[in-house]
Amino acid sequence: MNWAAALQLALKALWRNKTRAMLTALGVIIGVASVIAMVAIGSGAQQRIAEQLASMGTNTLVIRPGSVTRGGVRTGAGTTTSLTRADADAIRDLPGVIAIAPTVRAAVQLRYRGTNWGTAIEGVTPDYISVKNWPLAEGEFFNEQHVVSASHVCVLGQTVARELFGLSNPIGETVVMKGLACQVLGVLSEKGASAWGSDQDDSVFAPLTTVQRKIMGVTHIDRVEVQTAGREATYQVMKDVTQLLRYRHRIMEEQPDDFRIYNRAELAKTSEESAAVFTWLLGSIASVSLLVGGIGIMNIMLVSVTERTREIGIRMALGARRRDILWQFLLEALVLSIAGGIIGIFLGLGGAVALAKFSNFPVSITPWSIILAFSFAALVGVFFGLHPARKASRLQPIEALRYE
Amino acid sequence: MAKEVINIQGLHKTYALDGVQVHALRGIDLIVNQGEYVAIMGPSGSGKSTLMNIIGCLDVPDQGSYWLNGQDVTQMHSDTLAQVRNRELGFVFQNFNLLARTSAVENVETPLIYAGISKAERRRRAIDMLQRLGLGERLYHLPNQLSGGQQQRVAIARALVTRPSLLLADEPTGNMDTATSAELLALLAQLNQEDGLTIVLITHEADVAAKAKRRLILIDGRLENNQ
Repeated sequence: MNWAAALQLALKALWRNKTRAMLTALGVIIGVASVIAMVAIGSGAQQRIAEQLASMGTNTLVIRPGSVTRGGVRTGAGTTTSLTRADADAIRDLPGVIAIAPTVRAAVQLRYRGTNWGTAIEGVTPDYISVKNWPLAEGEFFNEQHVVSASHVCVLGQTVARELFGLSNPIGETVVMKGLACQVLGVLSEKGASAWGSDQDDSVFAPLTTVQRKIMGVTHIDRVEVQTAGREATYQVMKDVTQLLRYRHRIMEEQPDDFRIYNRAELAKTSEESAAVFTWLLGSIASVSLLVGGIGIMNIMLVSVTERTREIGIRMALGARRRDILWQFLLEALVLSIAGGIIGIFLGLGGAVALAKFSNFPVSITPWSIILAFSFAALVGVFFGLHPARKASRLQPIEALRYE
Repeated sequence: MAKEVINIQGLHKTYALDGVQVHALRGIDLIVNQGEYVAIMGPSGSGKSTLMNIIGCLDVPDQGSYWLNGQDVTQMHSDTLAQVRNRELGFVFQNFNLLARTSAVENVETPLIYAGISKAERRRRAIDMLQRLGLGERLYHLPNQLSGGQQQRVAIARALVTRPSLLLADEPTGNMDTATSAELLALLAQLNQEDGLTIVLITHEADVAAKAKRRLILIDGRLENNQ
């Protein structure tokens, strides 16, 4: 018996029991569709988390001064002034470091003509916007020359620009802070709230030196953001920074660090891993329904073999070999699961797209989930079809012929 | 000397029925030559069906030899037996055993599928055979749309479409009225006469057996001549 003939027999047999075949395939359809839809939802969530993490600037370390103990009194984190620009420059020379952004921060009252706005001023270097992955909305950022000469220039965050200038263009205007008139060079794009809930757009940025010398009168810095070559490099950089700063700050072997390193890559990794687990969880729950669909196929095929015992006997008498009978029933199960798989793919894709459209929930259709669900469906067909098919092929012709 | 289709020597068959050993065949010797029309008669329980199953290669004997067209079929693997059934034998059953919800022409095509014949050729030969048996108008009818006589003629068409060397008919008229029965027997006689088809017919009715050229009686698992 050739393949075309065997397939034709299988299709005809299924066609004779259309309703039953469709209901059996429905189990697989729902299984495949839910695997695809669930994985699409999971990877959508994963992707959104990845995007959010990217906007926060992953692969970054934040170094802040830590607490020091003087005469038994331990000060809180960030209260020492031990961290300096020179430390930051030394960190920049470490392997695996791409860029650094030393920052000093102070509260400031900003005045522009008749209005004023209380905000934070951040003294930064030109690398700041690349380290923070924070593009400009208009104008430009200050350059190295502005930092060297401690120029009276600044860049506004969106919130500040809106509060002081409303709809008018702030670029080229002069704002006054602590008696210092600064020219506005540009406005940053909207960044939104930070992971800790503060409005990142409510800040004004000026060259580090300008803020240190002319506004605050200090020489230390509050923090250094370090951009590393990648997530793997981050851990080595953390070790190197610790060693470097302990050496530079002359910290004894037994004494604690006077700085803290915060690792955002760690946070990113945790979030992404939990999102991936979420995807797998959804996928596996959906796979259970695919499995149930497979059991449905086996159930129906077993019933079918019993019902058609006589047909099997007749076919054997007419010259069907055992493997011809085996293939006939296996092909029926396969056709059910593969057809169910194909319909399920379209249904799952449609469901995912509809969900994305109506609920605004991010979905991401991944080719591997389609391939996985489809091959799983085919595998289910073979696995659950094999037992009934073997049962059919092992019937004794005379007993099958006598079966009523 | 005519060619031997069936050569059976010292055939024994015992089977268990509800835990009881039934010695159905107790030493059968039978030679059927090409072109013969043999009727095997016997009361129910005489082992007719058991003998039929063995001749039809659906069952194997416990003891004794069976050569079909010069081949020892007692030693064959089940796949080879399937091939022998497909190529050498045609079956006609008492209850027709047509595939339900399958048209006449598709029923006739079925053995050709297992013979590996191409689709177009299958259809051509099936239609040809049904037309020869006077069912040209009923090609696409389902078994339940046909009368008993027509169904049995479809079964005969199915048995003959592979051009077998032996037609086995097991109580072929058992489910028919007298007129149809006579018609069918006339058809078998014609196939034997005109085409030289070898026929072995099993029946418990003497008037059916009377149409055969040679009659044998099976009693208690042994064959006796009844010329």
